[in-house]
Amino acid sequence: MDLLLVILVDGLIYGAWLFIVSVGLTLVFGVLGILNLAHGSLYAIGAYSTATAVGIYFAYGGDAFPLGSYAVMALAAIIVAVVIAPLLERGLLRHFYHRDEVIGVLVTYGVFLILEDAIKLIWGVDPLFVYEPYDLLGMVEAGPLFYVAYDFLVIAVSAITGFAVWYFLNRTRRGKVMLAVIHDREMSQTMGVNVDKVFLLAFGAGVFLAAFGGALTAPMISVSPGIGVNVIIVAFAVIIIGGLGSIEGAALGAVMVGISRAASVHLMPELELFIIYFVMAVVLIFRPEGIFVRTQTRKI
Amino acid sequence: MSTSNPTGTPALETKGLMKSFGAVTAAHDITVSVPERAVWSLIGTNGAGKTTFVNMVTGYLHPDQGSILFQGRDITSLGPREVTRAGICRSFQIPQLCSELTVLENVLVALAIADPKPPSFFRKARESAAEDRAMEILKRFRIEEHRGRLMSELSAGVRKLLDIAMSMCGHPKVMLLDEPTSGVAAEEKFPIMDLVMEALAAENVTTLFVEHDMDIVTRYSDRVLAFYDGRIIADDAPDEVLNDPQVQRYVTGTAPAEASS
Amino acid sequence: MKAFSDIRVASLLALALLVAGGFALPEWALFLMTIGLAKALVSLGIVVQMRAGLVSFGQGLFFCIGAYVAGLMANFAGLTDIFVLTGIAVIACLAVGGLFGPLLANYRGIFFAMLSLSLSMILYGVLSKMNSLGGTDGLNVAAPTFAGYAPEGRALSLSLYLYTSFIVVAIGAVLRTGFDSQHGLVSLAVRSNELRVEYLGASVRRTNAINYVISAMLGGIGGVITGLAIGHVDPEYAYWTTSGEFVFVAILAGYLSIPAVFVASIILELVRSFSNLYFPNTWQMVLGVFLLVIILTLPNGLGSLFHRKREGGS
Repeated sequence: MDLLLVILVDGLIYGAWLFIVSVGLTLVFGVLGILNLAHGSLYAIGAYSTATAVGIYFAYGGDAFPLGSYAVMALAAIIVAVVIAPLLERGLLRHFYHRDEVIGVLVTYGVFLILEDAIKLIWGVDPLFVYEPYDLLGMVEAGPLFYVAYDFLVIAVSAITGFAVWYFLNRTRRGKVMLAVIHDREMSQTMGVNVDKVFLLAFGAGVFLAAFGGALTAPMISVSPGIGVNVIIVAFAVIIIGGLGSIEGAALGAVMVGISRAASVHLMPELELFIIYFVMAVVLIFRPEGIFVRTQTRKI
Repeated sequence: MSTSNPTGTPALETKGLMKSFGAVTAAHDITVSVPERAVWSLIGTNGAGKTTFVNMVTGYLHPDQGSILFQGRDITSLGPREVTRAGICRSFQIPQLCSELTVLENVLVALAIADPKPPSFFRKARESAAEDRAMEILKRFRIEEHRGRLMSELSAGVRKLLDIAMSMCGHPKVMLLDEPTSGVAAEEKFPIMDLVMEALAAENVTTLFVEHDMDIVTRYSDRVLAFYDGRIIADDAPDEVLNDPQVQRYVTGTAPAEASS
Repeated sequence: MKAFSDIRVASLLALALLVAGGFALPEWALFLMTIGLAKALVSLGIVVQMRAGLVSFGQGLFFCIGAYVAGLMANFAGLTDIFVLTGIAVIACLAVGGLFGPLLANYRGIFFAMLSLSLSMILYGVLSKMNSLGGTDGLNVAAPTFAGYAPEGRALSLSLYLYTSFIVVAIGAVLRTGFDSQHGLVSLAVRSNELRVEYLGASVRRTNAINYVISAMLGGIGGVITGLAIGHVDPEYAYWTTSGEFVFVAILAGYLSIPAVFVASIILELVRSFSNLYFPNTWQMVLGVFLLVIILTLPNGLGSLFHRKREGGS
């Protein structure tokens, strides 16, 4: 029983993290039709910006109010989104909306290559550490084990993020328009939706979510070159399990992968690295386009 | 135009085909029996179920209920490729061509595939025998002067002809033409139909074609199926069907009072 | 027949040039050419699939299998003969490609790209965890022998280079024939209009599966030679960024010309080695900008060749 609980808690923590890093990817794909291979790099930029910003915060008297560092983290992610999203979307991606989806992959692969080196140029190759926000909340007791409270913060933030995205899409006017675009892009265009605005907004949200994922992760890891390279792969697996473009799918995929991975870590550690692909393969055997499939009509 | 000596087993039979998309009924109890060498036309407004019928017969869609028999053999569950291999070919309302290839290459593709053996990695696609055959086919449809052109350079009529010419490469027993003259300039319609029907008759192909132009329907078909709301509301010789009040009301829109062309 | 002899003439010319170059070039250039040509084979595998409209982001899978064949055989079976190693690599990739090809052939577009990528990442994960195979450090690969001949120093580099040249020219000639074959033409038709191909009676799935298996073998051969030339293999061979570089070369070259793939691959290796010397932290950036420039400035050229028109263009 204890083991089960441990797996569940670990799985939820990891799943929560997975959801945050993948929900932006699936949102951008749903609206723009572009599978953003640079998503991981944006995550990395979020982590680096956070490391820098939080470092500065504590260097200039942040100790007096350490909880403020959480606001700094969110602010760092917002700044990343505001600076980078318009640049990429207006300057580059919008040229490719009418093209094949594979071209989107190639273009964002190019962006990935550029950003990976840009990160090294800006922040250098030595790892950065910002442990303060991680230790700030102390420990909590969960059953037989102690967890760093920050891990539970990740779960809470992830749930809030998911709710916020859901609320935005289903309860606000702009969100409903965006949902309509996800559902049927051509139809929305003919209905007079200003897609330019919707695309920029969606991409901005995607970049923010990627950067925010990085910001949230930065205190838990050593921020070093290459941290984003892996993220895109796991995030992709999560959203393909859920169905490309589906927010609910990303949530379900994240939880499934999170719990499977936790189970593997505790039961069969040697499988840990590819359990995610195993889950993906099993899902795809039964649902070849993921659990929540985007309906595709085709006419002769 | 057609030979009128239907013999033995029907070329194509459908029994009680049902198909719905959500709340929309696209086919309701469609039962037909098409004799060998018949030339039938399918009429009806958009959404009446004509293309759904063509799509079901050619394996693009599968009926919810009912069965489809080709020369007595059940083909209900086959996909487009198997249906084609069995001997039923089709053309498309929007011609389905390989846009990055030339006209000649399109026909070469069709010929390479029509070969009973799978396309070989070691056999040249453009060997002279194959090119000669491709040219023959282009000549039969009078589009040989376009052989080196890409699809974007072709008129609608030429595209239609090429689309049908490619389907003919497999020497089908049954051919379904989905709106062979739609989008074609008015003065080209009859020449195109003449060429197509001549080619089909030469190989004794049983033909069903979807058509909106009633002049073409009367001129080329020996029987007409009128579709409305997923059902066949009339099934008879062209003159009979076109004078049917239901057909005039639901299909041709030529109610007696306002009779026009 | 004329075209056939054209291929022969072109191949002999290319081979003569390569061989002559082998005796003229310094050792570092021989090494660079060997790697460039070997990796070009992997990219050529992507080109084979591109001709039917698919882009694989996971050719690193076969590249890695080929390389590990060289490493494992040398370390655990004492096999160093390059002909045998190449043969084993081809068979291994044939088996793996034959297993996954029919499965992946059901997928298109980004699904195909990303699922093939996932497969190579699985291999990466497995190899990183297998300490008996060196884990993330990988394995050293013994120098190859050539049917009993065991050269060293420059003679080794030259032998490997000449071997690579022969293989590359032979494969180039076979693929040219294949591109012009019925299967090759049907592949182009699949790229343009799958629906039509099925409605003519050919299997799109079969076409894609065959192309995948061909590309698997090419990846394996590229991997075995690269592993032997570098003398070291590690799981990075299967990492997705390695596959990305192969895609880069395939995009740069386009799918119309086989020699262009070799040229593109050698250019990439040149850029890489000079960048490593002079600006080690910006070389990926150079590649990225280059890739974007190609896709942006040639909308009707290389990049737009991926754009699949769904109807006959009405």
